[in-house]
Amino acid sequence: MYDLLIAPFSEFEFMRRALAGTIALALGAGPIGVFLMLRRMSLVGDAMAHAILPGAAIGFLISGLNLFAMAAGGMLAGFVVAIAAGLIARSTELKEDASLAAFFLISLALGVTIVSLKGNNIDLLHFLFGSVLALDDQTLVLIAGNVTVTLIALALIYRPLVLECVDPGFLRSVSRAGAPAHLAFLALVVINLVNGFHALGTLLAVGIMMVPAATARFWARDITVMLLIAAVCGCIAGYAGLLLSFHTSVPSGPAIILVAGVLYVVSVLFGRVGGLLRQLFPGRHLEA
Amino acid sequence: MTAQLQFRNLTLGYDRHPAVHHLDGAVETGALMAVVGPNGAGKSTLFKGVVGTIKPFAGRIDRNGVSPQDIAYLPQVAEIDRTFPINVYDMVAMGLWRMKGLFGSIGAKDRDTVERAIAAVGLTGFEPRAIGTLSGGQMQRMLFARLLLQDARVIVLDEPFNAIDAKTAADLLALVRQWHAEKRTVLAALHDIELVKANFPETLLLAREPVAWGATADVLTPENIIKARHMCEAFDEHAEACVVAA
Repeated sequence: MYDLLIAPFSEFEFMRRALAGTIALALGAGPIGVFLMLRRMSLVGDAMAHAILPGAAIGFLISGLNLFAMAAGGMLAGFVVAIAAGLIARSTELKEDASLAAFFLISLALGVTIVSLKGNNIDLLHFLFGSVLALDDQTLVLIAGNVTVTLIALALIYRPLVLECVDPGFLRSVSRAGAPAHLAFLALVVINLVNGFHALGTLLAVGIMMVPAATARFWARDITVMLLIAAVCGCIAGYAGLLLSFHTSVPSGPAIILVAGVLYVVSVLFGRVGGLLRQLFPGRHLEA
Repeated sequence: MTAQLQFRNLTLGYDRHPAVHHLDGAVETGALMAVVGPNGAGKSTLFKGVVGTIKPFAGRIDRNGVSPQDIAYLPQVAEIDRTFPINVYDMVAMGLWRMKGLFGSIGAKDRDTVERAIAAVGLTGFEPRAIGTLSGGQMQRMLFARLLLQDARVIVLDEPFNAIDAKTAADLLALVRQWHAEKRTVLAALHDIELVKANFPETLLLAREPVAWGATADVLTPENIIKARHMCEAFDEHAEACVVAA
């Protein structure tokens, strides 16, 4: 049992780093994912994750596999898309999802092209699926720093963020904090996607955000509990996914998201709040 | 007495079409005023102007030092996402926003206040329920509890008793009377003429333009009501620009 569950981490430093990185990642990404889901912006998250690729790729083109160049490029591109998505949402009424879908496919193609200009297939794989087993000190610090900023900022904008989802009219009538809170939230989405990009790559970064969030929805009726469950789910997926990858030699990024996926499917079936089983067999109705 | 709200040649509307046209008059501090009129008479528009969500085309509203954000407002159709995972208690507690703002902590005393507001609308026991599980009447009770906590000098209620059963309406009306006794200024858009006559001392009969404004018994005469109905049925897509001096 020890060999199975703990030894990989106690014996190998790269596993410890990977574990620390994924847990930090999950603590920030889970709550962000819950808010994205409740604001009906799941797809926006996806589009932004893809948009980060060309930005990071341009950083790579200029200065090679330099963490800060790639992170800065990714964040810059992410902010541009966040603002563009906001403008699209306001100026056109119907086609937001279609234009977002078009947008992230273009971003993906552009990013892959730019990476291929300079790098080889290994680099490309690194961009698309990350390299959670090769997190160096700098990257760990970046991830931990971003998550710290995320959690503090979320605490600061929590009230307007919640209120803008549930009753935007009321928020407008008592406060002007709605728009700044929304902008700050978009910025948090971007920095968490950049975080995820380093560990899980463009294609899966949004996975550690949205899959635990969707899972949490099946276990809680209250947003605070939901935020906690999403973060914990992400951590479990990180730990179990790394173990799975270690013992079976499956690539680690996909393994993490696969475990998150299993948790999700189990929740869809057995979740206490609106799970399928619960719907089919709700139990005898109550007295009052 | 000083006027809490003063309308000066006020015109409000959408896409250049006026929905409230050249309204002049004052709402005294502590007034309990009904705004009556057919659908499309401009009642909601007037209220949106009062709480500052739309800007006047012409004229202005003086609020006697009360900022629009300090006016408690119950819209006709609240934009509430009923699937959002939040419970009744937290929803009501948002009424403390003006006092607590973004960061103020909610202490034992505040929790007590929230509980009392929930009790006042008869929802004790519903605190942990998700808002999506409430009936229409319970929802309205919850929103009234939130209004109670807002502790505002001016309260604006847009058709607060629509699709609400008699018992709930009576309970909520008691709260409205209590606000009046506390010298708060209350404006309510209503359709039930009998309810207005029984409870509201002052009435504004609106049909885009004010038909009559004053003591309820003088305003709600059959002639005035018929007049209001006729005046309201005159929307013209190609209306000329209004020439009344601004």
